[in-house]
Amino acid sequence: MREIKIFAVVAFFTGVLYWGVEPFAHSALHPHVDAPDYTFSDIEDVRAGKTGDVAAGKSLIVDQFQCQSCHSMTVDGAQIGASMDMGVMTPDLTTAGLIYDEKYLAAFIANPAKAAQVEHKFVDGAMHPMTPYMSMSGGDVAQEIADIVAFLKSIAPSSITNKEAFADACQRCHSIKYGDFYGGSMAAKGDVSAYMGTTPPDLSQHIRSRSKGFLHEFINEPGKHLHGTAMPRVGLTQASENQVVAYMEEVGDSKKPQRDALWPKFFAYLVIFAVLAWLWKAKIWREVH
Amino acid sequence: MALINESFFSAEGLEKRLAGKKFWKVMMTEYWIPKDINFLWALGVVLATTFGILVISGIFLMMYYKPDTALAFDSVNYTIMQEVAFGWLFRHMHGVAASVVFLIIYIHMFTGIYYGSYKKGREMIWISGMLLFVTFSAGGFSGYMLPWGQMSYWAAAVITNLFAGGSLEAWGLVEWIRGGFAVNDATLTRFFMLHVFLLPLVIIGVIVFHFYTLRIPHVNNQDADDIDYDAEAEKYLAGNKAESKVIPFWPVFLSKDFAVLSVFLIFYFFLVFNNYNFAMDPVNFDPANDMKTPAHIYPEWYFLWSYETLRGPFFDMLGMKAGDIGLIIFGLAQVIFLVFPFLDKDPDILPAHKRPKFFIWFWIMIIDLLVLSVYGKLPPTGANAWVGFGATAVFILLWVMLPIITKMDAKKRGAL
Repeated sequence: MREIKIFAVVAFFTGVLYWGVEPFAHSALHPHVDAPDYTFSDIEDVRAGKTGDVAAGKSLIVDQFQCQSCHSMTVDGAQIGASMDMGVMTPDLTTAGLIYDEKYLAAFIANPAKAAQVEHKFVDGAMHPMTPYMSMSGGDVAQEIADIVAFLKSIAPSSITNKEAFADACQRCHSIKYGDFYGGSMAAKGDVSAYMGTTPPDLSQHIRSRSKGFLHEFINEPGKHLHGTAMPRVGLTQASENQVVAYMEEVGDSKKPQRDALWPKFFAYLVIFAVLAWLWKAKIWREVH
Repeated sequence: MALINESFFSAEGLEKRLAGKKFWKVMMTEYWIPKDINFLWALGVVLATTFGILVISGIFLMMYYKPDTALAFDSVNYTIMQEVAFGWLFRHMHGVAASVVFLIIYIHMFTGIYYGSYKKGREMIWISGMLLFVTFSAGGFSGYMLPWGQMSYWAAAVITNLFAGGSLEAWGLVEWIRGGFAVNDATLTRFFMLHVFLLPLVIIGVIVFHFYTLRIPHVNNQDADDIDYDAEAEKYLAGNKAESKVIPFWPVFLSKDFAVLSVFLIFYFFLVFNNYNFAMDPVNFDPANDMKTPAHIYPEWYFLWSYETLRGPFFDMLGMKAGDIGLIIFGLAQVIFLVFPFLDKDPDILPAHKRPKFFIWFWIMIIDLLVLSVYGKLPPTGANAWVGFGATAVFILLWVMLPIITKMDAKKRGAL
């Protein structure tokens, strides 16, 4: 009985110490922010209720050279346009309709700096490398954007791998070298240090250095945790953001499945050891009591 | 020398040469421990086991670790954590054991303080134990630098800078320790040497010494009963095992140790597999970058209380700079527990619950250290700074009070 009381005291103070230096201290060090908002409720739908027409969108891109003068994409099995270096490589748009939220995508086409929340970077005449959408034929901008979004959604594959999601969403700026340590294929696709002001961090270990919750909050809206950051809000859908974080875990914590599978075995072994140890102790001490 | 004629290649021959049976008797079956003990008496063996885990896991880690600023981070986080078979397990075991060993050290230390196991012949046990605390601290600090993450680098920068001596401006010392003007490759290599060679060597030596210091005064017991070991051992050997107040180290004492150890191992491996961030700070999974200071720099949890005494005095006082005062208190905090036996003026050995004022002192000290630890991690701004200041003041006051209240307890009891 006395031993249990002593144990309770030790466990209590150990628990208080743990609570104080871990959950409590970390809640003070990392202020709480709102949960990720995958509806992008701060964004107004620039399509203004217009229904997009796939064929019209295709015509805008293929015939009027919207988008493809700076972006590549795969249409009907063939690549059109080309990616180019504008300080940052312009993205291929093949998967854009899948990985980006469509309301966000429309708002981004209309005004990239605003949707991406990087207007603070483009002051004193500096311009976002992608210009806000203008109609080539004096048409209805809202309708044309709706058409383009509809078209991009139509050419997007129905699903991509986690690695592809990462490559399309992150790899133009971020390397994740542990993804291909010796081959080097997971390096960033261009040097964006001049464009961003600094080299964006390698993401190999971000699954360990940041919590999953933080990663989701940050990717969904970087400014929430890092006010004034150069990183744009990229507007991923919840599903593709999950894929990106899953890839970061596959790369950065590749032994997690092994770790999780090994614990029950260790636990069983330790419990057997404990039972035997206590039985032996009881046997030995019976003689001396 | 008595010549030994028995063959070297026989059991008797070996016994004649090494006296293994006698050695076993002296070290094990006739090394007497009091019977009136609780599970806290098993923590020595728990600590020895944890140190063993650290050594073994450390050997495996050293096979792949590269002490070079360009290679260290990836050798730990890629090679060991992802490529080497079960490298992640050894790294987690090493990191978590390094943290948990301090929890057990603290409990072990305060067990000694509570039961008065540091005086009247047991001073050497206490001092050698505190030397182990110091050498383990150095081991923890030097090891923390090796993964070369952000916290490795910045904790090293902050702590080595303490040797700049505040306003004393002990120029030269900090550069000598670092091997350069900033924490750099030379710093990493020498801390690697300290961590894997010099400190383990010293620690093993001090552990042996710590065990040795126990031998003559014997281990204390729950009621600080003064046992006549010769008489009690005779009783035990005569078969009056139940009546005797002592038990042999093997198998009786160790059987209880193993039972306690088995529970500890479940706790420890639970942490290794499922809850390791407290011991392997997430910030340290960002590679070291001397151009990017982390928003918050804090030491591992076991250094937080003394770190907070450094930050506690945050304004200039008594014509001294805040930083200098902090440095002095911090310096004192490192050594003050060493002289505990000489600050306790009570001539009797008694557990704290039989020393009314000391009992209160003990629990205030525990609570104060908890407060210092928690606020040592929080940003030292606003009200936090004042809590840290208050807790530091209480810490100093407690040490000033210790000789006084222990004397008062003794007087009341009529022992002085």
